[in-house]
Amino acid sequence: MKLRSLEDLERVRQEGKTLLWPAEGKILVGMASCGLASGAAAVYQAFCEAVESQGLKFRVGETGCLGFCAREPIAELRFPDETRIFYGEMDRDKALELASSFSHGDLRPDLALGRIGGDPAWEIPELEQITFYRGQRRRVLADCGLINPLDIREYIAQGGYFAAWQALHMPPEAVLEEIKRAGLRGRGGAGFPTGKKWELARSAPGPKKYVICNGDEGDPGAYMDRSVLEGNPHSVIEGMIIGAYAVGADEGYIYVRAEYPLAVKHLRIAVAQAEELGLLGSDILGTTFSFRIHIFEGAGAFVCGEETALIASIEGRRGQPRPRPPYPVGSGLFGKPTVINNVETWANVPLISRHGAEWFRTLGTSRSPGTKIFSLTGKVRNTGLVEVPIGTPLGQLISEVGGGPPQGKALKAVQIGGPSGGCLPAELLDLAIDYETLTQAGSMMGSGGMVVLDEDTCMVELARFFLEFTQAESCGQCPPCRIGTKRMLEILTRITAGRGRPGDLELLEELAHGVQETSLCGLGRTAPNPVLTTLRYFRAEYEAHLAGHCPAGVCRALFSYAIAEEKCAGCGLCLRVCPSGAIWGEPGKPHRIVKALCIRCGACVSVCPKGAIAKL
Amino acid sequence: MSDMNQVVDRIIARHPGEKNLIPALQEIQGELGYLPELALEAVAQRLKIPLSRVYGVATFYAQFRLTKPGEHLVQVCRGTACHVRGSQVIQEALAREFGGDGRVSLEEVRCVGCCSLAPVVVVDGRPFGRLDPQKAVSVVRGAL
Repeated sequence: MKLRSLEDLERVRQEGKTLLWPAEGKILVGMASCGLASGAAAVYQAFCEAVESQGLKFRVGETGCLGFCAREPIAELRFPDETRIFYGEMDRDKALELASSFSHGDLRPDLALGRIGGDPAWEIPELEQITFYRGQRRRVLADCGLINPLDIREYIAQGGYFAAWQALHMPPEAVLEEIKRAGLRGRGGAGFPTGKKWELARSAPGPKKYVICNGDEGDPGAYMDRSVLEGNPHSVIEGMIIGAYAVGADEGYIYVRAEYPLAVKHLRIAVAQAEELGLLGSDILGTTFSFRIHIFEGAGAFVCGEETALIASIEGRRGQPRPRPPYPVGSGLFGKPTVINNVETWANVPLISRHGAEWFRTLGTSRSPGTKIFSLTGKVRNTGLVEVPIGTPLGQLISEVGGGPPQGKALKAVQIGGPSGGCLPAELLDLAIDYETLTQAGSMMGSGGMVVLDEDTCMVELARFFLEFTQAESCGQCPPCRIGTKRMLEILTRITAGRGRPGDLELLEELAHGVQETSLCGLGRTAPNPVLTTLRYFRAEYEAHLAGHCPAGVCRALFSYAIAEEKCAGCGLCLRVCPSGAIWGEPGKPHRIVKALCIRCGACVSVCPKGAIAKL
Repeated sequence: MSDMNQVVDRIIARHPGEKNLIPALQEIQGELGYLPELALEAVAQRLKIPLSRVYGVATFYAQFRLTKPGEHLVQVCRGTACHVRGSQVIQEALAREFGGDGRVSLEEVRCVGCCSLAPVVVVDGRPFGRLDPQKAVSVVRGAL
C-alpha cells in the first residue's frame, strides 16, 4: 500500500511502535556481521527454543549492532515501557539460563551489561554510565541495535521518513539551505562541505542528475558504513531521497562492497519495502517527485572508493580514476551531474532535516559540526564502533571510551584513516580529532578507522604492511603510483628483512614526496602517509632496523626465540606443536631451539606453561 | 558446454548492455563458481565488445576468479586490525595444514569489516572471530 499523506505515515508509525515495544516484552539478539561472527545465530536459536519449550510470552527478534563489539554477542530484554536491559558475551547456555530466569521474573543483574530506563534498585548500571558509552554521543548510530533493520515500520516508528515528507513539501532550495547552514562535511575523509557539493550539482545544467551513496568501505580497519547499512539501511535511503529532491535527481545508486553480503541483503530488502510503501518510485508520498535507487555491488577494488573510479565501475569499466576537473557534480555518472556522498554523510541528512541546523551544530566544532563514527580496533580493550563529537581529544577516545590497551601494555601509536592515513604517536594524544588537525599532524580523518597499537607493534613493519596494500591496490594507470609505491615497498621489505642499506631512509623519503606530489588520484597521493608519519615520529625504530635489531620483536629476520634453561621443565609441549621440528630435547630435561630450523611462528610461546620461551 | 552458454544467455538477457558487465559477471560467477575462459568469450560475443574489455574487467576486481575453486572457500582476513593481531601466523598455519588439500581454496581478503573480532577467518561465507592458529585450523577442519 502506498503512503500518500502524513496520516498514512502516522498510521504506520503507530503500527511500528507496537512491533518495537510489544506489550508482551521482547528478547532481541544483535545479528549484524560482528554479532554473527561471534555466534549470535546460536544465541538467537537458543532463545527461540526456550520461548517455545517453556511457553514464555516474550517475542524473539533480531536487531543491528549496538557498537560494543568487544562484548558480542549481545542480547537485550525489552519492556513495553521502553526499558531495555543488555547482556553481553552471550552463548547458547547463557541464553537458555537467562530465558528460564526471565520466566521467574529474575532479571539476572549478575549477567547484565547495562540498562536504559528501568529501576536503579535492580543493581544494573545505566548503559550511558559504562565507560564505553559515557563519552559518546550517538546520533547516526542511535537506532542501530534498537530497530529491526528488516522492517521499515520500526524505522518509521522512530520518526523515520517524516523528514523526507517534510522536505518534499518544502522548496528544494530551502532543503539545501538547511544542509548548508548545518555545515555538514563529507564523512568519507576529505571533509568537503556537503551543502556546497549539492548546490554545485543543482546549478549544473541539464534535466538528468544522479545521486550516489559511496559504500565502498575499502579501508581495512573501518566498518562504520557496514554497521549503518546493516543496522539502519533506511536512514541512508531517506537521506538520499532528501538529497535527490534538493539537487533535482531522479535516480540514485548505492555502491556497496560485495565483501559485505549482509549489508547488501539488508539494503535490497529495505529498498523493496520503501518501494512498496511508495517512498521510492514515482509520486513519492503523494507529491510529484519521483526517485529510484539501484544497488550496485562493488567487485573488490580499494581504488573504487575514489569517486571517479567508482563511477567508472558503475558504468561497467575497470575502476580507474580520471583527472578532475571536470568534477562529478558537473559531469559524473554517464556524463551527468552527480552527487557522491558516503554512507555516514547520507545518514546524517535526515537528522538535520528533522531536527534542524541549530540542533546539528550543538555538537562538534564550529568548522566541523556534528559527530563522527570511528571504529576502534587493534590493541584496545573496548573494541567497537564509537560515535563522538568532532573535536574530541584522541586520548579521551582511546583511554576512556576504548579503555586503553589490554594486559597493561603501553600505548604506542594510533593509526588513523587506514592505508591513506598516518600513525600518530602516544605523545599526540591531546590532539583534538578534526579534519584540519589530523592533516596537520600528517594523518587524515579518512573513513574513521582507528587502529590502536601497543609496544608489540613494529612501526616499520606496519608501514610495510600498508604500502603492500596500497601498492597491490594501485590501479596501475599513472607511473608515480604504480612504480613509486613498488620501489618504496622494496626498500621497506629489505629493511624489515634485515638487509637495509645506508641511505635507504633518505631515498624512501624522497620517493614518498615524489609519489605524494605527482600521483593522479587520492590513492597515490595518500599512500606515502603511513611511511612519512612513521619516519617522522618513529625514526629511531627505522635506524634500529638498519643496525640489525627490531625493537618490537616482530621482524623475523631481526630476532630469534630461545628457551631459558632454568625455567624449562622439559614437558615437551613446545616440541609437539613446533611445525618445523626446530625444538630438540629429552623428556624432563631442558629443551632448546635450533635457530636455523626455527620459522619464528611463535607456536611454542603460546603453549609453554612455564613462560620459558622469549624473544632475543 | 551448452549448459554454460545457457547460463550466459540467461544472465545477459537480464543484464543487457555493456554497462551491466560487472553485475553480469558476478551472477555468472555465482552460478559457475568461477569465470571460465569460454564464459568470458561468450559474454564478449553476446555484448558485442572485445574480449580484452571483458578480460580487463574480470582481472581488475578482486572478487572475480578465473580458475576453479575448491569445494570449501577459506578466506583469511588481512586487514589492519587482523594484521596487528597476528593474521599472518594464522594464514601460515592454514597453508601448512590445508595447502595441499584440493578441497580447500585458501584466499586472502582485504577486510571483512569485523575488525573488532580480529583476527577473522571466513569459512564458506561464515565469519569466525577471535582466532589463534590452532583454533583457525580446527574451525576449517570442522567445515570439511
